[in-house]
Amino acid sequence: MKFSEHWLREWVNPDLDADALMHLVTMAGLEVDGSEPAAGAFTDVVVAEILHAEQHPDADKLQVCRVSDGTAEHQVVCGAPNARAGIRVALARVGGTLPGDISIRQAKLRGVESAGMICSARELGLSDDHSGILELAADAPLGVDLRQYLRLDDTLIEIDLTPNRADCLGIRGIAREVGVLTGTSVTAPVIEPVAAEIDDTFPVRLSAPEACPRYLGRVIRGIDPTATTPLWMQERLRRSGVRSIDPVVDVTNYVMLELGQPMHGFDLNRLQGSIDVRRARAGEALTLLDEQTVELREDTLVIADEGQALAMAGIMGGEASGIHQGTEDIFLECAFFAPLHLAGIARSYGLHTDSSHRFERGVDHQLQRLAMERATGLLLDIVGGRPGPVSEAVDTAHLPVGGTVSVSHQAITSLLGAEIEPDTITRIFEGLGFAVTVDGGHWHCAVPSHRFDVSIPADLIEEVARVYGYNNLPVSAPRMALEITPLPEAIESERLVKRRLLALGYQEAVTYSFVEPGLQQLLEPELKPLPLSNPISEELSVMRTSLAAGLLNALRYNLNRQQDRVRLFEVGLVFRGELDTLSQTKQVGGLLYGPRQDATWLGTEGTDFYDLKGDVESLLGLSGGREIRFEALSDQSMLHPGQSARVLVDGEPAGWLGRLHPRVEQALELKKPAWLFELSMTAVARRAVPTYQPLSRFPASHRDVALVVEENVQAQRVQEVARAAGGEWMQDVHLFDVYAGDSIGAGKRSLALQLSWQHPDRTLQDDEIAGFMNSVIERLQQEFDAVLRS
Amino acid sequence: MENLDALVAETLDTIAKTEDPAELESLRVSKLGKKGELTALLKQLGKLPAEERPAAGARINEAKQQVAEALGQRKSALAEAELNRRLAEETIDVTLPGRQVAPGGLHPVTRTIERMTDFFTRIGYSVAEGPEVEDDYHNFEALNIPSHHPARAMHDTFYFDATRLLRTHTSPVQVRVMEEQPPPLRIVCPGRVYRCDSDLTHTPMFHQMEGLLVDENISLANLKGTVESFLREFFEQELAVRFRPSYFPFTEPSAEVDIACVHCGGEGCRVCGHSGWLEVMGCGMVHPEVLRYANIDPERYSGFAFGMGVERLAMLRYSVNDLRIFFDNDLRFLSQFR
Repeated sequence: MKFSEHWLREWVNPDLDADALMHLVTMAGLEVDGSEPAAGAFTDVVVAEILHAEQHPDADKLQVCRVSDGTAEHQVVCGAPNARAGIRVALARVGGTLPGDISIRQAKLRGVESAGMICSARELGLSDDHSGILELAADAPLGVDLRQYLRLDDTLIEIDLTPNRADCLGIRGIAREVGVLTGTSVTAPVIEPVAAEIDDTFPVRLSAPEACPRYLGRVIRGIDPTATTPLWMQERLRRSGVRSIDPVVDVTNYVMLELGQPMHGFDLNRLQGSIDVRRARAGEALTLLDEQTVELREDTLVIADEGQALAMAGIMGGEASGIHQGTEDIFLECAFFAPLHLAGIARSYGLHTDSSHRFERGVDHQLQRLAMERATGLLLDIVGGRPGPVSEAVDTAHLPVGGTVSVSHQAITSLLGAEIEPDTITRIFEGLGFAVTVDGGHWHCAVPSHRFDVSIPADLIEEVARVYGYNNLPVSAPRMALEITPLPEAIESERLVKRRLLALGYQEAVTYSFVEPGLQQLLEPELKPLPLSNPISEELSVMRTSLAAGLLNALRYNLNRQQDRVRLFEVGLVFRGELDTLSQTKQVGGLLYGPRQDATWLGTEGTDFYDLKGDVESLLGLSGGREIRFEALSDQSMLHPGQSARVLVDGEPAGWLGRLHPRVEQALELKKPAWLFELSMTAVARRAVPTYQPLSRFPASHRDVALVVEENVQAQRVQEVARAAGGEWMQDVHLFDVYAGDSIGAGKRSLALQLSWQHPDRTLQDDEIAGFMNSVIERLQQEFDAVLRS
Repeated sequence: MENLDALVAETLDTIAKTEDPAELESLRVSKLGKKGELTALLKQLGKLPAEERPAAGARINEAKQQVAEALGQRKSALAEAELNRRLAEETIDVTLPGRQVAPGGLHPVTRTIERMTDFFTRIGYSVAEGPEVEDDYHNFEALNIPSHHPARAMHDTFYFDATRLLRTHTSPVQVRVMEEQPPPLRIVCPGRVYRCDSDLTHTPMFHQMEGLLVDENISLANLKGTVESFLREFFEQELAVRFRPSYFPFTEPSAEVDIACVHCGGEGCRVCGHSGWLEVMGCGMVHPEVLRYANIDPERYSGFAFGMGVERLAMLRYSVNDLRIFFDNDLRFLSQFR
């Protein structure tokens, strides 16, 4: 809502300057978004009259005008098409300045002397209008400074209202607020009922009374179609950000800005039979004032006549039934439309108007008659005409019921944490328009019809706090019982997991949870990702089923910016399954690309599977007491089937790791392999609470053995079998070398293991160890055809 | 005996010229060893008349002492020289880079969330999380935002079907906690939220942290105290903080919170739109209807809630002037937050 400070001060005029006033309303919840002066900076521009205008001898488009400022006559050359004798204009005199640092000097235009300049609205910084010079009223006093005459020392204030404060979408409401905030009385303009001069009415039927319970109409015949809106009104509209169109539209807009009541004017002669306020018929077409044709839905309320829909109720009028050049007989509409029935409708058609904005938030349902009289009075002043009586169609059962809300002093004190004087509270409620009865520490407040946001005691308490001033209320820390937040030792914090990844050299990324379906399809073609029904774009239209897509996007983004070594991780939810059975699980995913280290003088090497696996092992190693196993994996379509593994924690699948499938690599135009892992955060974060095992005081014995096995025998399996066969005192099976080469034959490899034993209570004897060794070797021979490497 | 002085002088001279520790040792053996020249002189003492022996013995021992000392000093000097030579030889360029794993850094959003939640967990709040694909009930209905409420239009919701959506704020987590736990409650809910809006100052996904405290006798003064302390702690400055009445369907009274511009200190600058103030969060007393939805008796309990944009605070804290850069994951940006 944008308005002029002067206009507001006509209603309420506290002893505050503009800045203080703006701060005041901001701190009361009417946030000032900005302000600007009503006109540009200019000096020595006065009201003058063109006494005589004649064609310039040497220029078709120029006229030579004789202009009087009441004390002197000036010859001014002017190019405006509307320059003509008899009109009063704004004359910038020689020595004056105009916005943009323009100085007015004596000059010769095509050989003719010109002393001054007759200004357009744009040249004065009033508006964008440069179609001609500004025409002032015929009674504008000659020689008076224009700034003074148009009262241009005004501030235009724009406030950003929250949706509950529709009552301030008019000067009247803002004035009420300022009045109560400053303790200043509010003076409304005198609005007298306009007596009917003719009997004409136009019948109105309310077919959807729940949506439109009140509709006032008035016929005015014989208006002057050539009349123009007076400059003062044009100025007020301009200063409120509304363009002047024609007197009827201007008056309805003026009343809307003043009182908050949107109105509409129809051309009476274009209406057939009667008005029906009804729901639209599905598919019914309507061409709006902005010339677009919409196909209406049944949820839309329309103003119709016997033939067709004329206007979208409370949103926008129709082209066919509107005021046009030459309209002499009009039908004025002033209605109340219920907010609930208009909510979202304008938006669903891609519309948003001053009218819909107000009706959706709530217009005072008692305001229609006052607004109708105000509009009639203004119209008659401007365009004349003979008014008919105001006709009212009303369904009282559907009008909002003004309730009474009660609040106790104790409730106010308790919720605000401050004891406010009862008299202050009463004054606040009354100032806001509540009819108040005070009774033993309780206020019973009848909610005024302009407030749609007060229905419970807390609403009243907010009003008290707001007017009293939030910043005048005390500040204190809450007092509560010291209760301990549980922190289970068996769950590692996400923070530690992240920090481990940082230490391993990964940078945390945050990528969008929705991804491009094409990429999703490329990575996990077997999954059907959950699509958004209203995505912002195709690239962000399905929910991710793994973190890989986002990490790969981030990889490509960085590769395109000369980063050739990328290590990223992300923690976030992935979304799998149909909507009804959707799982949303938190995963931690990582990506490795490029050399193990940045190229340095120490040399550089490419990353391989075991870098990736080492990182995953480090991550899982954060939490002890669990069995971690890796299994070759071939069913993860985004991964290389020969270089990928599933991770099992205590036998449960916990995630995967591996090389990006060459097919995907190629599709993404990656020049080097990308390595990815993804683990369930729950699995990573789970750990055991340790139980102490006594330390042996006796030495451990170590034996090394190298075994030749088929190359497809998995090392992890060999270690597990060796461990199982090593007997009770076995401590560890450590793989310390892997060898493949001609000396052991093709298709074979040698695994070198160090086996360790330790007894808790004594030193193990060599012959005992030899026995253990034999059982291990025998078992490995049986299981894997292992041969001792000589 | 008459040769003793000459022998000592010659020996000392040889010691001084010896460069090799091994030669020095042989020299010691040849002079002071069992068969050494000076030892031999001692053995010859017996040949001297008895009265001359003590003086001669003393002279020889003195000479031995002198030689031994010289040998010892020379040995130390040679060892010192050898050590110095080795140290010089082993000297490396310590300015060459180390063999490091270059550490990564947390995303500034995470870093900010951690700082925010740290404040609240230090005063007894718990961190709660919840689903991001939410239902209409938890995201709107239970927060006193019925369908057709104008506030819904402000949310620009992403939908999956008529009732399932991406949460537009983290308030549904509060609803879920209230459904499961009786008061007193003290929680903060950080996380991703989604709105169907994308331009220079909006991304379709961003982060919020909301907080909720419910107990008996909780007042607006308590909310002000909590919020002020948090903001001052977060920015590590004794900032001016002000509360402006505002509107949210789930709180009543509601407030927007402004801080004195951290960029210009309230003088007015481009960052604060020359107002001197920065809007940083919304808050209010929990609407009784919201408590009622969660089966909490609003007659007995009251509470406050607050919510803030993580990126907004991160931008102010770290002077980031572009929201979209948070989700580009450009390493040149991210690596600034180590």
